[in-house]
Amino acid sequence: MFEILQKERLGPGVNRAVISAPDIARAHKPGQFIILRTHNDGERIPLTVADKDADKGTITLVWQEVGATTYYMGTMAVGEKFQDICGPLGKPTHLEKFGTVVGVGGGIGVAPLYPITKGMHDAGNQVISIIGARTEGLLIMTEDIKKVSDELIISTDDGSFGVHGFVTQVLQGLIDKGTKIDLVVAIGPVPMMKAVCGVTKKANLPTVVSLNPIMVDGTGMCGACRVEVAGKTMFGCVDGPEFDGLQVDFDLLMKRLAMYKGPELIALNNFRETPRGCKCSFPGGA
Amino acid sequence: MSDQETKPAKKPKTPRQKMPEQNPIERAHNFYEVALGYDNDLALLEASRCLQCKKPSCMKGCPVEVDIPDFISLVKSGDLMGAAWKIKEKNTLPRIAGRVCPQESQCESKCVVGAKGKGEPCAIGRLERYVADYAALHDDGKRPELPKPTGLKVGVVGSGPAGLTLAGALIKKGVAVTVFEALHELGGVLVYGIPEFRLPKAIVRAEVDELIRMGVEFKTNWVVGRIETVDDMLEKRKFDGVFIGSGAGAPLFLRIPGENLNGVYSANEFLTRANLMKAYKFPETDTPVAKGRRVVVFGGGNVAMDSARTALRLGAQESTIVYRRTMEELPARTEEVHHAIEEGVKFQLLNSPTEIVGNETGWAVGVNVQMMKLGEPDASGRRRPVEIPGETAQIECDTVIVAIGNAANPLVPTSTKNLETNKWGNIVADLETGKTSRDRIWAGGDIVTGAATVILAMGAGRKAALSMLKTFGIS
Repeated sequence: MFEILQKERLGPGVNRAVISAPDIARAHKPGQFIILRTHNDGERIPLTVADKDADKGTITLVWQEVGATTYYMGTMAVGEKFQDICGPLGKPTHLEKFGTVVGVGGGIGVAPLYPITKGMHDAGNQVISIIGARTEGLLIMTEDIKKVSDELIISTDDGSFGVHGFVTQVLQGLIDKGTKIDLVVAIGPVPMMKAVCGVTKKANLPTVVSLNPIMVDGTGMCGACRVEVAGKTMFGCVDGPEFDGLQVDFDLLMKRLAMYKGPELIALNNFRETPRGCKCSFPGGA
Repeated sequence: MSDQETKPAKKPKTPRQKMPEQNPIERAHNFYEVALGYDNDLALLEASRCLQCKKPSCMKGCPVEVDIPDFISLVKSGDLMGAAWKIKEKNTLPRIAGRVCPQESQCESKCVVGAKGKGEPCAIGRLERYVADYAALHDDGKRPELPKPTGLKVGVVGSGPAGLTLAGALIKKGVAVTVFEALHELGGVLVYGIPEFRLPKAIVRAEVDELIRMGVEFKTNWVVGRIETVDDMLEKRKFDGVFIGSGAGAPLFLRIPGENLNGVYSANEFLTRANLMKAYKFPETDTPVAKGRRVVVFGGGNVAMDSARTALRLGAQESTIVYRRTMEELPARTEEVHHAIEEGVKFQLLNSPTEIVGNETGWAVGVNVQMMKLGEPDASGRRRPVEIPGETAQIECDTVIVAIGNAANPLVPTSTKNLETNKWGNIVADLETGKTSRDRIWAGGDIVTGAATVILAMGAGRKAALSMLKTFGIS
């Protein structure tokens, strides 16, 4: 179980793997996530499922190498197994025919956005997708998103591909043009989601965001993933991961995400001292 | 030692034997077990204090009704393996119970030797621990033969003390058992909650391995209510019965300002990081935990003591329990309070936290407290703390651990059709049988009673197993 069947590099430090997990693949719905451990002394980290195939019994994970665990995952080869994958966790996305749904994905956030886009499209919505990244090389899954969208707009911060600018500017453009929008779904780095909600708040557009707070168990037992929505404390793992973006305290989320900055760096440096983490033996690793 | 030497003693002259412990100053900085257990001489001396009552009242104090005088008699006669099997007839997990049971309020509170203030009760818990450890250490591989499979199968939600006890009781009667656990490790609160220094995880693992050896199946990383519901277990997996022992598992917060600051933990999170994820070994392990210099713990129960003592072991210079009543009302076991004091945990009593103060980066730097005094007794019989107007203080700290209890985790109850719950979200179940409002569904432990003790959960598991066997027509 949890064997890596396929793996590819989508961009610098960005990986995609297809993993055998039949029970999870069968139960998973768009918006839900898993928690994994790479090895016995590993930490538990949550990752949103980017795709699944219930018939083949596989789930697809996409991740960016940022800490010890994600770097470790980057060194894992086809045939290697994860120690643990627990899921599906969290509430599924509320899918129904809203009318026109705009999906906004930033950087690695495009991966979790994909199954939701697909679900919204299948529910009969007109789907407009806005995908952005810092630069062309960091754009991921554009072809996948394109297949389940009625319209796809790509932007890069440096103008190396598509519209020169931020996803928020593209979204503002749609609003200014008078496009009728019934729902916005935004997933990406916290500052991006905050900026998107800044735009949609002014236009009074319902906005769903998917949050990525630090978690341990993922079943509501520990409360590490506390977020504040409309002034109320919620648990990201069981009350979310999706919340009303117009009500989320993003500043608090950013502060909480930085809680283990110091130890995370220690863990990463430590990993780089191990044979697996050493650049020389694993060229793809670091 | 023969029976005759010990029998006539009406009033035993031998004092209650103390259990050797690690030196408090040393142990406050390591995660090794605090209590070291009896040796053979101490065990024999202590066993000699048991009066072998014809009508043993101690057994009435035991939620799983261990045959206490019988096992102690076997200790006296030197048959320690026999004594262990005698305990295991009723208690599947004696090494665990011998360590974490509040014996002083159960079996030992009913012991005649200690009755009416005549003396101290026989140390039943310490003897249980000694016997069970001895049996594990001198395992001869012999096991009672298991009956032929009945063809019946039961699914268990949660591998905590209730589920493990039930699994053991059923497999011994030929009922197939599969236990589903949400975490990656088996044991529930025994591995994520209770610290290594009170209950070594190797012991929990050994007890689980014993169940595996008997044929119990375990499935980890399996969150019932998400991957599959209890109804799926009955309909698709065709279990003849399901037992829900999912625990309390939803931490309560005080709902005071500042509770979402960095450095503020629920006790569940703090202990899970330290125990299950072995954050005390970081960076050898990957999971960090804030190693506070000055740690404040809200609450006065066993979990609060565990948190304060764990914080010391992680390197805190100061670990303080903030409790709104006095030492008298502390709900924690006397022994645990005593251990905490010995190790240097401070107590700030009659203090009620009103706010956690943070700095500009979002980290906790202090706790504001309101001074209290004791007023009239409340519904629980404890004197209610009342505010002393205008008397407040601030405690400087960098880590806050909220250990004020747990609510029922709604994941399983709410995903099970027509399962009756009470106003707190706990599953309504008969305390004698574990039967719920749904046919073929039993429940027990904290998900029914709210946060309680390991042994009460074990008792609930045992009762539910007996009820299931009765329902299945197996005696």
